[in-house]
Amino acid sequence: MAQAIAFYTIAAFILGFAIMVVSTRNTVHSVLFLVMNFLFVAALYVLLGAEFVAVIQILVYAGGIVVLYLFVVMLVNLKRPPEAHQDPHRMTRLGFGMAAAVLLELGAIAGYGSATTATRPPVAATAAIPVSGNTEQVGWLMYTSYLIPFEIASMLLLVAMIGAIVLAKREL
Amino acid sequence: MIDQFVIPLIKILIVLNATLVAVTYMVLLERKVIAWAQSRLGPMRVGPYGVLQPIADAIKLMIKEDITPVRADKWVFTAAPIIAMVPALIIYAVIPFGPTVNIFGHPVPLYITDINVGLLYVVSVASVGVYGIILAGWSSNSKYPLLASLRASAQLISYEVAVTLTLVSVILMAGSLSMVGIVNAQYNQRVWYAFVQPVAFLIFFIGGLAETNRAPFDLPEAEQELTGGFHTEYSGMRFALFFLAEYANMIVVSSVATTLFLGGWLRPFPNVAALGFLDFVPSWAWFLIKSFMFLYIFIWVRATLPRYRYDQLMRLGWKMLIPLAIANLVVTGIVKVLLH
Repeated sequence: MAQAIAFYTIAAFILGFAIMVVSTRNTVHSVLFLVMNFLFVAALYVLLGAEFVAVIQILVYAGGIVVLYLFVVMLVNLKRPPEAHQDPHRMTRLGFGMAAAVLLELGAIAGYGSATTATRPPVAATAAIPVSGNTEQVGWLMYTSYLIPFEIASMLLLVAMIGAIVLAKREL
Repeated sequence: MIDQFVIPLIKILIVLNATLVAVTYMVLLERKVIAWAQSRLGPMRVGPYGVLQPIADAIKLMIKEDITPVRADKWVFTAAPIIAMVPALIIYAVIPFGPTVNIFGHPVPLYITDINVGLLYVVSVASVGVYGIILAGWSSNSKYPLLASLRASAQLISYEVAVTLTLVSVILMAGSLSMVGIVNAQYNQRVWYAFVQPVAFLIFFIGGLAETNRAPFDLPEAEQELTGGFHTEYSGMRFALFFLAEYANMIVVSSVATTLFLGGWLRPFPNVAALGFLDFVPSWAWFLIKSFMFLYIFIWVRATLPRYRYDQLMRLGWKMLIPLAIANLVVTGIVKVLLH
């Protein structure tokens, strides 16, 4: 019961801040609402008992990436008025289309999830992990079952880094 | 009921109040030590040897006029000092001041909480603190504060990399992310990590100086170039909050350094029974003595060293400390595997 109340309160804050991010006119305020959004998402992870993911969420997103966003927003001049769209209705139609697609997808996931949770054995993977503790379990899974996705992700980051350096070098 | 709510609440109250008192007296200590270093007396008027000076300062700051610039972004301008202060205070939630002790026959751990991601919590909360500085500079709508806040945040982000890498070496040694677990690991391995990880210790200390914007890395407050720093437009109690946040951060860095590298609450040579007489000093007092040593060195460094130039600061951070920290991490890993 307490968990449900906490979940819905946090979820309401997440949605509220997400709406503020896209609706506020001042870009710096928008970035700040994004930070608040990330902090409440971290709170949601804590509620799920995933402290490690929660702390990493704050460290990487709220404390790292958004600081860079803030730098860009502060340093790039955004004073000029937004350009008027040639055809404003085109964007509206596109927006509704995208929203419908996301809604359909979420509905499919929810429907599929509720249909299969009854038959699925409860969290089979954790039984095989020989270590206890949140961080240890994440590490164990990352270097056993999910080794290849992990390596691919790190390769992707390396490629992105090299790409950024190459692009910046050309400018110099 | 008592264990779950009353005792943690009392502990939070004690830690918060002790921190705020310690912070105000750090200001006095800094003025005194620098004065002695320069053959002056320092504050002498308020109370004997000026010991009541912080109280006079606090009263002055509270009754001062609080000005918000007309062109400032009011919400962000108000929020920035709070954002700077709060992370510095909530880090104390995981700092272990001592082991579990019996108070009136009741086992009480001398820390507010011990979470198994304690060290990561410290790093992540500290990384949120940078918003206070960036936003203060931006919301003032004034050139010098903006420049200073950009300097400060670039400096913080750069040195955060090196400091976090040294923390990974310590985690490798201890095999735990919990602050209590790291102190216990130092007890079990019979050594303070300052002696097996001297490079990490040094990088952590230098990075700590830079992250708290202290001399010789106090460029964000270089008066000659920036008139006052990111808080130029602040006055009264809001200025005081930035000031206090800086000192609170110094105490945080000292406490974390003590916990990670100097054995936290452990007395010197905790496994040598012949030195058992040292136990007459309680564990939390050892912790405070070691932390105080760091704080004193912070002030000593400020009184001794001239300020770095900005390019020197960046070169030191990126070209010396980060490669050194990575090398230290690799060596630690290799040695750890070979000894296993």
